Amino acid sequence: MIEPLWEVFVRSRRGLSHTHVGSLHAPDATMALRNARDVYTRRQEGVSIWVVRASDITASSPDEKDEFFDPAGDKVYRHPTFYEVPEGVEHL
Amino acid sequence: MDFQATIDADGRIEPRDAMPDGYRKTLIRQIAQHAHSEIIGMQPEGNWISRAPSLRRKAILMAKVQDEAGHGLYLYAAAETLGVDRADLLDLLHSGKQKYSSIFNYPTLTWADIGAIGWLVDGAAIVNQVPLCRCSYGPYARAMVRVCKEESFHQRQGFEILYTLSKGTEAQKAMAQDALNRWWWPSLMMFGPPDAASTHSEQSMAWGIKRHSNDELRQRFVDMTVPQADVLGLRVPDDGLVYEDGHYRFTEPDFTELYDVVKGNGPCNQQRLSHRVKAHQDGAWVREAAAAYAEKQAARKESAA
Repeated sequence: MIEPLWEVFVRSRRGLSHTHVGSLHAPDATMALRNARDVYTRRQEGVSIWVVRASDITASSPDEKDEFFDPAGDKVYRHPTFYEVPEGVEHL
Repeated sequence: MDFQATIDADGRIEPRDAMPDGYRKTLIRQIAQHAHSEIIGMQPEGNWISRAPSLRRKAILMAKVQDEAGHGLYLYAAAETLGVDRADLLDLLHSGKQKYSSIFNYPTLTWADIGAIGWLVDGAAIVNQVPLCRCSYGPYARAMVRVCKEESFHQRQGFEILYTLSKGTEAQKAMAQDALNRWWWPSLMMFGPPDAASTHSEQSMAWGIKRHSNDELRQRFVDMTVPQADVLGLRVPDDGLVYEDGHYRFTEPDFTELYDVVKGNGPCNQQRLSHRVKAHQDGAWVREAAAAYAEKQAARKESAA
């Protein structure tokens, strides 16, 4: 009997997004949530928890990471620092 | 960026990156042994939960033992990112094919031992683990960050137990001294064999898994701990201890004892392992019931849909 693997995401306080904190095994989502509470929020580290079955996550492949992220590589004009601002111009 | 370039740039390796077989194997062995140590380490302390001298001490000790279970889980999860199953790692522990830290093969004879474990054993563990927060393997390093945050409470609670005893009656103070006498040398051995005799060290350093040598870390621990013993008014059981050039020179522990305990001849090896196996077997029905319940709920959902 293999218990499925769950990835755990915790919102540390209101106003912040959920962040991946680790994983655990549990037979179902309810148990995964309870275990996640006991394992990852014993010191009030969170106000909300998501658990996601690890097998349900689709991830980009590290082998293709160069090609995959290439398109952003030559588009420095997406950053404000690309633009030259004439001297004396404010609030831009 | 390929593996070696990432290591050379002090970058982090993540689970699905290409990595040499030896790197993967070394990490699996080390992380599994670390995880096993956390859960076996629950036993010597669990031994005193029902006999803790006050409700406050009992609540604290329970929280600490629960933390150790959590640390085991973080570490098993980190090992699993390398492509092994936790169930298989537990089998390897139960069959004696993988080890845990030898320190947990010593008995906890008195309440003062709980203090000595927190102060010395967790203190030594922190010295070992802080550099692991910068280990080249991302999931292991991240697990260590969480573990280190929690260990510092462990160390302080141990120190507090001994501090209280050392301010108590003569008998209480003697109990604290006796615990220090028994735990001092095994704690020094937690850093492993001397550098000259350490088999895995060099490669682990090159891979960025290990950041400091065994002897460096042992020295750091002694320098940190001796002044704390002075505050406790306890005597470190080493006649060779002298302060020199900013460091405490100390007598090298008798490593034949370490090798003997690793081989299985420590005072509690059999007890620890058989208790662990029994706990796992006794818990089988809970795992089976939870799985059966999950299956039933899934089937109901299916038929309702």
